[in-house]
Amino acid sequence: MTGTWTLVRLILRRDRLRLALWILGIALVVWSSAASVKGLYPTQADLEAAAAPLYDNAAVIALNGPTYGIDTLGGQIVFQVGSFGYVVMALMGMFLVGRHTRADEEEGRTELLRATVVGRTAPVTAVLVVATAAFALLGVLIALSVLSTGVPAAGSWLYGAAMAGFGLLFACVTAVTVQVSSHNRAALGLAGAVLGAAYVLRAIGDIGSGTLSWLSPMGWAQAARPFAGDAWWTLGLLAAGCVALVAVAFVLLGIRDLGGGLVPPRPGPADASRALTTPVGLAVRLQRAALIGWVAGLVLTGVAYGSVGNDVADLVGDNQSMEDIIAQAGGNLTDSFFSTALLTIALIAGGYAISSALRLRSEETSGRLEPVLATAVSRTRWAASHTALALVGSALAMLATGLATGITYALVAGDGGQVARLTGAALAFVPALWVLVGVAVALFGLAPRAVGVAWGALVVCLVIGLFGEIFDLPTWVRDVSPFQHVPQMPAAGFSLLPTALLLLVAGALLVAGFAGFRRRDAGAA
Amino acid sequence: MTSDNAPAGASGSPAIAVEGLVKTFGHVRALDGLDLQVATGEVHGFLGPNGSGKSTTIRVLLGLLRADEGHASLLGGDPWSDAVALHRRLAYVPGDVTLWPNLSGGEVIDLLGRLRGGVDRARRDVLLERFELDPTKKGRTYSKGNRQKVALVAALASDVELLLLDEPTSGLDPLMETVFQDTVREITGEGRTVLLSSHILAEVEALCDRVSIIRAGRTVEHGTLAELRHLTRTSVAVETERPADGLADLPGVHDLRAEGTRARFDVDTAQLDAVVRRLVDAGIRTLTSQPPTLEELFLRHYGDEIAHLEGRDGPGSDGRRGADGSGATADRPPTEADAPR
Repeated sequence: MTGTWTLVRLILRRDRLRLALWILGIALVVWSSAASVKGLYPTQADLEAAAAPLYDNAAVIALNGPTYGIDTLGGQIVFQVGSFGYVVMALMGMFLVGRHTRADEEEGRTELLRATVVGRTAPVTAVLVVATAAFALLGVLIALSVLSTGVPAAGSWLYGAAMAGFGLLFACVTAVTVQVSSHNRAALGLAGAVLGAAYVLRAIGDIGSGTLSWLSPMGWAQAARPFAGDAWWTLGLLAAGCVALVAVAFVLLGIRDLGGGLVPPRPGPADASRALTTPVGLAVRLQRAALIGWVAGLVLTGVAYGSVGNDVADLVGDNQSMEDIIAQAGGNLTDSFFSTALLTIALIAGGYAISSALRLRSEETSGRLEPVLATAVSRTRWAASHTALALVGSALAMLATGLATGITYALVAGDGGQVARLTGAALAFVPALWVLVGVAVALFGLAPRAVGVAWGALVVCLVIGLFGEIFDLPTWVRDVSPFQHVPQMPAAGFSLLPTALLLLVAGALLVAGFAGFRRRDAGAA
Repeated sequence: MTSDNAPAGASGSPAIAVEGLVKTFGHVRALDGLDLQVATGEVHGFLGPNGSGKSTTIRVLLGLLRADEGHASLLGGDPWSDAVALHRRLAYVPGDVTLWPNLSGGEVIDLLGRLRGGVDRARRDVLLERFELDPTKKGRTYSKGNRQKVALVAALASDVELLLLDEPTSGLDPLMETVFQDTVREITGEGRTVLLSSHILAEVEALCDRVSIIRAGRTVEHGTLAELRHLTRTSVAVETERPADGLADLPGVHDLRAEGTRARFDVDTAQLDAVVRRLVDAGIRTLTSQPPTLEELFLRHYGDEIAHLEGRDGPGSDGRRGADGSGATADRPPTEADAPR
């Protein structure tokens, strides 16, 4: 463990901005959820009315978690942040640990450090120390956010501790998976699979008898029941899990070589297939795994939304403010629900659109662009390959998700016509996604060092799309988001003009980006 | 382009002609009026310490960077505007090879070859065997030397007129360096042109017909090895029958250490004849002389600046660093560095 303290300072120095953004971002989401729940249900009667249809709604429970104390303000806040909040906490822990253990090892930075007076376990210990401190701070901020609505202090602190403990547990899970796989992406995938299993076990358990939930760490965190009994002892399960995982990680660390894992790397083909002949072929090869992952996740979300379509009326009950939000698109309640659901799906798909387009920049900064541009491939042709993947991929994602939502809803509602309606509604968002691709490509061509701003654009769209109504943002602010101009089908009809304008803006941004890239210096420098 | 199909070496025009090239990154001047002439069919050594601007020059020649001032022509075309047409006729090996982590070495070699216009399968297989490279390993599992081999095989297997090699043997073991040198000799035997950037002097001496030496983004010396050797000194250790008097008074003798009948000194190669006559007069018993190496040529230009520059260098791109070093040394003329030896 020699050198741990120095490494802790190194991690803090490298990640001071990244960690601050994670912590503030999550705290802000919890705070705004708490504030919006309080705004939606100002009286105890409102809370009880909102809670009544949820108790035996299997789909919502599977998505969000158990319904402990949802007739109290604190319980309803915890339910609304729900499983999504735990997933985000886990992701923070996974990325933090992966980045400072296996990613460093893959890049050879760990070798440099370990050659100095730094013990074998120091890098893992250091990042877990940082993770513990970061989650402790985040837990406090979450508790204070919930506390600010005037709910009981004990429940607030317990909730903060459960969220923090769950995040830390997945930091420890990742500390184990980075020992197993010799590649950071695969290690994160493994930790992600554990997270997925934890989610599914809990979902099935929560719908049924609840036994399966006890096999899932997410079940342990939710069993703390803040504001509904305050079972502090379940935090002990999380702590015990952390200790056990760290012990396993240290044992594995002791039996493997630096740079190696427990799974030997597999060889690849000695020759390239026909598909790997053009820049597009290369782009497909590099991006297909990510595209499949995004589409699978979106389709599952679509299935979830489709399956609750019949219960919307019950869910909303006679809560006026809830009805206002869902009904902002007009039309009947179910159609409005799907408009809002598809908007959420499209905003998530925006994450794919931007990450896919920004592959342009990561290929450039990693030094892999130079050998390609040194062949007979023009800049435009190369840039077009990844851009095409981003455009076609986001259209594909919306098509698949629209079909999934439509087919699921058609099955529960017994109305086959819904397939085409909801698929069409999903596809209406494609031009807005293409504007996001355009923003990323324009930044890449004109201001390559500022490509991160594209993610900022998505966050702005997210805030406007999901909270614009709650925070009562002025129209001109909301109009900044391309998603705001998408015809809100199926509640409203299709309209050509805004769609055409969005396509025009996307096209102009792409042209500007390509023109900029043709003129500027290219390469890792 | 009609010149696309012109046989290599057929035209009298130089393969590379660079004049007064200037490239700045922010306030840093990476290239500061660089000149470079490479004749068709020659192996041209491009020498300079880390960060002197070698990689920046090659990136300008590849059309990846746009020069701020000066003129560059490559195979008769403009490296920026004719990039695609020119790249069909050249191959490039970067100094720091990064591969796609999930593509195998064989896939990368095929891909880069196809993107250039075709792969010579037979030649690819011969090179894989010669360099003892396993093409089935994934990019992320190769060592630095093996990544370098992937880029080398991809470049050397292509049927092109010009090879731009940026420190191509960094990471290769001595055995593989020999394989590399043999392969480059084969290639130049076929009349192709090679620009070989390096700070490994033995490699340049072994392969190159002509050499350009740059420092701080500027060409400080160029010519054939024979021409440049005139500027260097020969080290002589001699034992004579009688003490050789008056050696110190001869022009061109430096660092003389005489002890009775033994003497050690350096002599300007141009003055060697007069000095040897004086030694013959004293009766030579034994004499060893070391021919001037490029090492000395190099040291004359950089002197203690090399140690200075290397002390400051971190990992990263050649061009940016070079300019950094130049800031510290630009005010010192090269003649001053080699005066007191």
